[in-house]
Amino acid sequence: MKKRAKTLPGVTRRQVLTWSTLGVAAGVTQVANAVSLKGAPGWTPFSANPPEQFTPSGWLFFTAEEARTVEAIVDRLIPADDLSPGGKEAGCAVFIDRQLHGFYGTFERLYMQGPFQEGTTEQGDQSPLVPQQRYRTGLAALNRYVQQTSQKDFADLTPAQQDALLEAMEAGKVHFTDFDAQSLFLEVLNNTMEGFFADPIYGGNKEMVSWKMLGFPGARYDYRDYIERHNEDLGLEPISILQWKGGDHS
Amino acid sequence: MKKLPKTDVVVIGLGWAGAIIANELADEGLEVVGIERGPWRDTARDFNIGTVTDELRYVMREELMLRTRQNTCTMRNNPSQTALPMRTWGSFHPGNGTGGAGNHWAGITFRFQPEEFRLKSHLTERYGASAIPDELVLQDWGTSWEEMEPHYMQFERVAGTSGYAGNIQGEKRPGGNPFEGARSGDYPTPPLRQPYGPTLFAEAARNMGYQPFPVPSSLVSEAYTNPYGVTMGPCTFCGFCTNYGCANYSKASAITTILPALMRKENFTAYTNSEVLEVLTDSTGRQATGVTYIDSSGDKWEQPADLVIVAAFTFENVRLMLLSGIGKAYDPVTNQGTTGRNYAYQTANNVTLFFDNKNFNPFIGAGAVGMGIDEFNNDNFDHSGLGFFGGGSIRVTPIGSAPIGYRPLPPNTPKWGAKWKRALKDNYLSTMSIGCEASSYTTRTNYLSLDPNYKDPHGRPLLRITFDFAANDLKMAQYCTGKVADIAKSMNPREMIVKPMTGHWSSVPYQSSHVVGGFIMGSDPSTSSVNKHLQVWDVPNLFVVGASAFPQNPGYNPTGTVGALAFKAAHAIRHFYLKRPGEMISA
Repeated sequence: MKKRAKTLPGVTRRQVLTWSTLGVAAGVTQVANAVSLKGAPGWTPFSANPPEQFTPSGWLFFTAEEARTVEAIVDRLIPADDLSPGGKEAGCAVFIDRQLHGFYGTFERLYMQGPFQEGTTEQGDQSPLVPQQRYRTGLAALNRYVQQTSQKDFADLTPAQQDALLEAMEAGKVHFTDFDAQSLFLEVLNNTMEGFFADPIYGGNKEMVSWKMLGFPGARYDYRDYIERHNEDLGLEPISILQWKGGDHS
Repeated sequence: MKKLPKTDVVVIGLGWAGAIIANELADEGLEVVGIERGPWRDTARDFNIGTVTDELRYVMREELMLRTRQNTCTMRNNPSQTALPMRTWGSFHPGNGTGGAGNHWAGITFRFQPEEFRLKSHLTERYGASAIPDELVLQDWGTSWEEMEPHYMQFERVAGTSGYAGNIQGEKRPGGNPFEGARSGDYPTPPLRQPYGPTLFAEAARNMGYQPFPVPSSLVSEAYTNPYGVTMGPCTFCGFCTNYGCANYSKASAITTILPALMRKENFTAYTNSEVLEVLTDSTGRQATGVTYIDSSGDKWEQPADLVIVAAFTFENVRLMLLSGIGKAYDPVTNQGTTGRNYAYQTANNVTLFFDNKNFNPFIGAGAVGMGIDEFNNDNFDHSGLGFFGGGSIRVTPIGSAPIGYRPLPPNTPKWGAKWKRALKDNYLSTMSIGCEASSYTTRTNYLSLDPNYKDPHGRPLLRITFDFAANDLKMAQYCTGKVADIAKSMNPREMIVKPMTGHWSSVPYQSSHVVGGFIMGSDPSTSSVNKHLQVWDVPNLFVVGASAFPQNPGYNPTGTVGALAFKAAHAIRHFYLKRPGEMISA
């Protein structure tokens, strides 16, 4: 083995080019390429790797009927009261729609190879269905059930009837044809909570309503002046991740 | 398959272990190539302060973790079950990209105690061989505290670890951890300042006669320049720490402490988005000749090398050895073979305390700010007659309170609706919890092997985890969590939830990423895979480095020891192996 220990003197023009190319190539929506890297890492100012963003208007995944059902559900999971607006006004249905339209909706990043078989509780979710399929099939099964039992859509039931049905779904006491009612409930509950509490850039938690309710100051990044102020109301108003170019939800 | 020019050293994985060894061997003047299956990650771009505070992206959607589509594990609790794939991460979070899991870790940096490195001998001497439960297959590490200590020091100096030493060269210091092994020097940076929760806990623990200390933390407490000339900034307690990258250059990782120096060395090259498929050996099987890897365009390459260092995450270290046919696969029925044996985890326990009229401002936090006690960890208390061994590190470490994940609710609260919302609002700021991160001792049927049914995108078998908590560990969890509950009670909460680990290991809820073993170190080739230099028995130019080398897991976080083992292996290569290439124990 030969001996050769030499620190590179600085960034050469070629290295800068290599690194700038990497910066462009490794954007979130593109497939990252294999790169051979040598030399001082360079980066372009303001070349941050941004969060997923969507165009502003209309439903991107839901049909009008699905959207109406989901808005009705999220408004019961998070009802409007003196603490906060309801789930619909907070944007939870919009959030879920955008998530289903994005990489989450198809489980693009997840292992979805078979064979699929039901496992133990400890083995977790083994469904072959991705979120888009779960919502499309699940919401249809829900409305079919409500039509059969009440000749209405879910959204047209009274709030008390909606709560009773959601409680039955949660407890596994009601069964739909074609889709497991309990798993639909859990799917919607989890995504609704994500939407209500996530940063507003994703379409839910409009005007940071949930953070204001809880006293969570959001995207602040420096509490050095506060860490030793124990047991005090610090009165910090929440802030959100800044708007990104091409982003909506203004 | 295209063949690349031969290099002196190829390192697989550019997380903590790989970056440490690559840098040490580049300093030795060797030509080093590092191969990383994930992307290049850079603080300024990937952990930008403008966008890093994103719980949905980094926690729920696991932005920094290995994509399970690329590679996952299958799991089952016992050999009679069919293992199924973990389609999303839950229980643990393998990393991806330069920096590896070290980008999204918490930063807690314990050293293991002197007794740990000879655990079986120590317990036998203290309690007698017959006291050790039959189900356990504990082993000594084949090394000692004295051999490990200088390398812990090296790692802490690179990471800028903050803390307050309890034992410097045998001299005990009040305020530090009285149970730690004798240190050759203090922590490089002073302890972090403490928020309210840890402060209250420390006061209660002190009143009960315990000796609380600040949790050792590789989140630096002040500006710090490490021995490589890389500078870090002080932790700001932002509360976006565990599962996130750090925008402040405060949390030590390979990308904040090593790669900036390593990349500038002319004799180092990194290949990113390149996944190693196999470690190659010659016809005798006793000499590694390099690796093959596939890049993101699907092209396959052979990279020949004189020295091969495998430094991926625990799972991939073991899988690569099984896929490459190096060592003999462990068989729990015959108890033969070593690759895959002694897989262990961590036993996570928790007590949640609900108060009225207290405000913890739980958003002020960090992965490794907090106070702990060690009176009930490992063998720091007398286990005579208890019927179990091991214990846990009891501590309060508020990691932040981003509310998708942090929603403390008293028992019997509904999960939605008006009552849920009221209860959440009333308890969000006034709840704290005490954790007990406890040991996980190895058994004969907890092991790693190749899965017979599920394959990765390249058609190679996934790694199969067969694991359940040892009865020993569940007994330990009951006992230690009871001790936590006693401290909690003395703090007079309105109500509390006491949650020792019970039942089967579940892959669903997050517990810790402290997966260890499967390619363990030791002094006997029939029960270990690597010697004390992390050198593979019978393949002297191959080193496998990481938590895969732990023969069992004590009640501590593993990263400090992973870093120390990497420095230890590099030291052996630099000072012994290069002078006389060959096996270093019997040579």
